[in-house]
Amino acid sequence: MLAYLVKRLFQAIAVMLAISLIGFAIQDNLGDPLRELVGQSVSEETRQQLRDELGLNDSFFTQYLRFLGNAVQGDLGTSYFFKEPAVDVILKKLPATLELVFGATLIIVGLSVPLGVYTAIKPNHVLAKVIMGASIVGISIPVFLTAILMIYVFSVEYQWLPSYGRGDVVHVFGYWDTNFASLDGWSHILLPSIALASIMLPLFVRLIRAEMMEVLQSEYVKYAKAKGIHPFRIYFVHALKNTLLPVITVGGVQIGTMVAYTILTETVFQWPGMGFMFLEAVNRVDTPLIVAYLIVVGFIFVVTNTIVDLIYGLVNPTVNLARMGA
Amino acid sequence: MSSMVDTGEPTRLQRIWQSNMAYSFRRNPVAVVSLVIFLIIAVMSLLAPVIAPFDPYDPASIDIMNSEYPPAWVEGSEPEFILGTDDQGRDLWSTILYGTRLSLIIGLCAVGLQAFLGISIGLIAGYIGGRLDNILMRLADIQLSFSTLMVAIIFLAVTQAMFGSETFNQYAIFFLIAVIGVAEWPQYARTVRATVLAEKRKEYVDSARVLGFGAGRIMVRHILPNSLSPIFVISTVQVANAIISEASLSFLGLGMPPSQPSLGSLISSGFDYIFSGSWWITAIPGVVLVVLVLVINLLGDWMRDVLNPKLYKG
Repeated sequence: MLAYLVKRLFQAIAVMLAISLIGFAIQDNLGDPLRELVGQSVSEETRQQLRDELGLNDSFFTQYLRFLGNAVQGDLGTSYFFKEPAVDVILKKLPATLELVFGATLIIVGLSVPLGVYTAIKPNHVLAKVIMGASIVGISIPVFLTAILMIYVFSVEYQWLPSYGRGDVVHVFGYWDTNFASLDGWSHILLPSIALASIMLPLFVRLIRAEMMEVLQSEYVKYAKAKGIHPFRIYFVHALKNTLLPVITVGGVQIGTMVAYTILTETVFQWPGMGFMFLEAVNRVDTPLIVAYLIVVGFIFVVTNTIVDLIYGLVNPTVNLARMGA
Repeated sequence: MSSMVDTGEPTRLQRIWQSNMAYSFRRNPVAVVSLVIFLIIAVMSLLAPVIAPFDPYDPASIDIMNSEYPPAWVEGSEPEFILGTDDQGRDLWSTILYGTRLSLIIGLCAVGLQAFLGISIGLIAGYIGGRLDNILMRLADIQLSFSTLMVAIIFLAVTQAMFGSETFNQYAIFFLIAVIGVAEWPQYARTVRATVLAEKRKEYVDSARVLGFGAGRIMVRHILPNSLSPIFVISTVQVANAIISEASLSFLGLGMPPSQPSLGSLISSGFDYIFSGSWWITAIPGVVLVVLVLVINLLGDWMRDVLNPKLYKG
């Protein structure tokens, strides 16, 4: 187990190093830090002097090591636009994005389990067929289109719910303001969360259904039925427990994927999170912020994937750790 | 029974018609309708230059005074423009035809690239095995753990910032194909590798080796044809995903420019006008996009049921 853990951690570090190298290569090639610093009106001589002072004439490798050293200490440069450390800018936007992901996760977990179980128990019922049909339509509608549709219906036509921003947020601590503490906050986060959930929900319904149908064929479920245990107990305690393992594995990976979809949702709803900030940074060619976003998001992906792999290795007794570590 | 009555060899077409797959296809109305709709969309969009009443790429045929006319069935419309016009005064019907063509081309080419990379890597990893297999599959795991959309957004954003939007817009179609094509190769590589591992042990491969055929020939001419059914199943889903990815990227302004819109960029330009009531610029291309992706997904579902019932977990 320990060997597997160490190997998995080494892989995570290697991937982070690769990401940081890409990030540094972007920083090295995109935009000119000197121009951002002093503008156009400085003579060539002073420029060269400044370049030497800033270490911009050092070799690629030396500069990369310096970049890496700073990055490990949490310094990813200063945003050209916000004039403050890029990491701080991102950390200020992070809670908004995480709350959106959290809201979507609540919807996904709350709906996919009952729907998935139901369609597996009664695969031929009309309602189950409707759910399965809806799920394939759901997969086929891009997130941004769902979002636009909801804005059109609920904000433009009926004006029930607001279409942009976070509304009244309640300060918790540090950079964290929450949407979940006021009615106005809830009304603002509802549509974006549904939009974000809309792409993952059908996937999870189908996954749970498929796993559940497989488990329901197994001997121990038949035995439990023969013993006369109440069907509800069989479905939700005996069978569901064994379908959750693959669901958790896929789910963990999808949390990372959801970060990508937040960019789309946040753009449509003008949600002041990291994704929206990233697109603005791209339009302003705010290189340090772009690179910092790349590294923070890469970090989120690597951490969630490593944790999911470790949990999977721990929970599933059939995984041969020695072989996986090889 | 008909084959017993028939005299002579059935032609190739007859054999296809009588195969199990064609039979299950004819018995499945959803699959038939999906294929018909897909073919209609594909043929119409490929013939866009012929059937479109206007050329949306020709600035001379566009008049800004014509902008935001509603579709023909809504009051205040102009009979010349069946589906209305967009914010720049382009005929929406023509623009959608051209846009669908772009979306389809990008989707198909990107999946072609994915398939080429993935199948080659999968064959090599599965057939040669050992350390190379280990490294390639580890790479595939890592690549898969990053969402394609995320990789594509970051790659295109950086490319756009680096080249400036002028140059970027000119080559946007190639960037899109390249990034969607490269990011998804592990999907193919993993499946192909798995089937190669199963096929490799069979006798026909041994006999081919005994006959002295080279590894390349055995991989491409003998093993590959026997691994085609999972490849077909993945391909349909991948085309649907690629079209969605392209639309999402274009919607974010990281794909096709408004001057040469795909369905995604059309929806994006219409989004700014949705609050002023011009719903059709967003809604009509949106419906086309959803229908296109939906029929491909339905065909994929049917194909998965027929070819490989075990693959349902995708």
